[in-house]
Amino acid sequence: MASALINVPPRVKRGEIIEIKTLISHTMETGFRRTQLGALIPRDIIRRFTCTYNGTEVFRAELHPAISANPFIVFSTIAVESGTLEFHWTGDNGFSVSQSTAILVE
Amino acid sequence: MSSRRRLATALGGLAFAASALAAELPSADRRSGYDFMSRETRAMQDDDTANPAMLWVLEGGALWTRKAGAAGRACADCHGDARATMKGVAARHPSFDPARGRPVNLEQRINACRTDRQGAPPLAYESRELLALAAYVARQSRGQPIEVAIDPRTQPFLEAGRATYHRRQGQLNLACSQCHDANWGRQLAGNVIPQAHPSGYPLYRLEWQGLGSLQRRLRNCLVGIRAEPYEYGAPELVQLELYLMWRARGMTFEAPAVRP
Repeated sequence: MASALINVPPRVKRGEIIEIKTLISHTMETGFRRTQLGALIPRDIIRRFTCTYNGTEVFRAELHPAISANPFIVFSTIAVESGTLEFHWTGDNGFSVSQSTAILVE
Repeated sequence: MSSRRRLATALGGLAFAASALAAELPSADRRSGYDFMSRETRAMQDDDTANPAMLWVLEGGALWTRKAGAAGRACADCHGDARATMKGVAARHPSFDPARGRPVNLEQRINACRTDRQGAPPLAYESRELLALAAYVARQSRGQPIEVAIDPRTQPFLEAGRATYHRRQGQLNLACSQCHDANWGRQLAGNVIPQAHPSGYPLYRLEWQGLGSLQRRLRNCLVGIRAEPYEYGAPELVQLELYLMWRARGMTFEAPAVRP
């Protein structure tokens, strides 16, 4: 079950710099580990994270095998108008999770 | 062995036994594992949006209202709103189960509910679902004082747990108390030795990259002293849990915690 926790301040002033925190459940299996019998455990990681603000991309990150499980990504953007922030995680084995949050700019 | 040497050994043994008992922590000296952590790890635990254990709590909240088993009942159908009904429950476990005639921990209580009331198969120890439900229930006790009930029924189990805690075991011949009572705050390799107060389980351990129960932690410690670990759910582990929770009585419950 994939689940994500997103923290965006619900009410902000126009022009304010806001901090956005995201946390997603994922094992981030590196692909370098082996089982006790020596078989390689296939890589299973999130490859890409994007955030769009009313359709405009404001943040993008590429993720690599060294990133720990349950990636916690914090970034900031400028509050320009009310609307929705959409978050999208994609990765190996067809992993794809989308979530959106409303933001109210005063 | 001469009788004099034998006497000296016996006296030495007595002296150790006495010091082990005398070393039981005075309540003013007790510290949660939280107090031994770095600033960054504390910040992770303090902020619910940065605490990865909250992912399990989120999942547990969904499981709480999902129907399961032959009875077609969800946890919420009997217990209602967990925020009210489960408040303080985790801080009181392990607690005595009259039907089984022994104390059970939180995970065993959840599984007892599943088998006895929901008609569902018990969840495996350390499975994602069981940890999620346990984390969700434990979250409702955050900030409550730890208070396990010690009465004539649980007293023998408490004493058995205390004996396990003070008994040397494993190839390294170490007792829990030798590290956690006598040497807490000092270094074991790169890590600070905490006082072994189980105030935040189930917790997210950075080393595990995931959530784990107190029993997982206890088994880790047993492997560390090269003793054969007890199986998950073994009465010995539950007794030890009971003793540790009693030892931490009155401390603030902080689940789901984060530990390095």
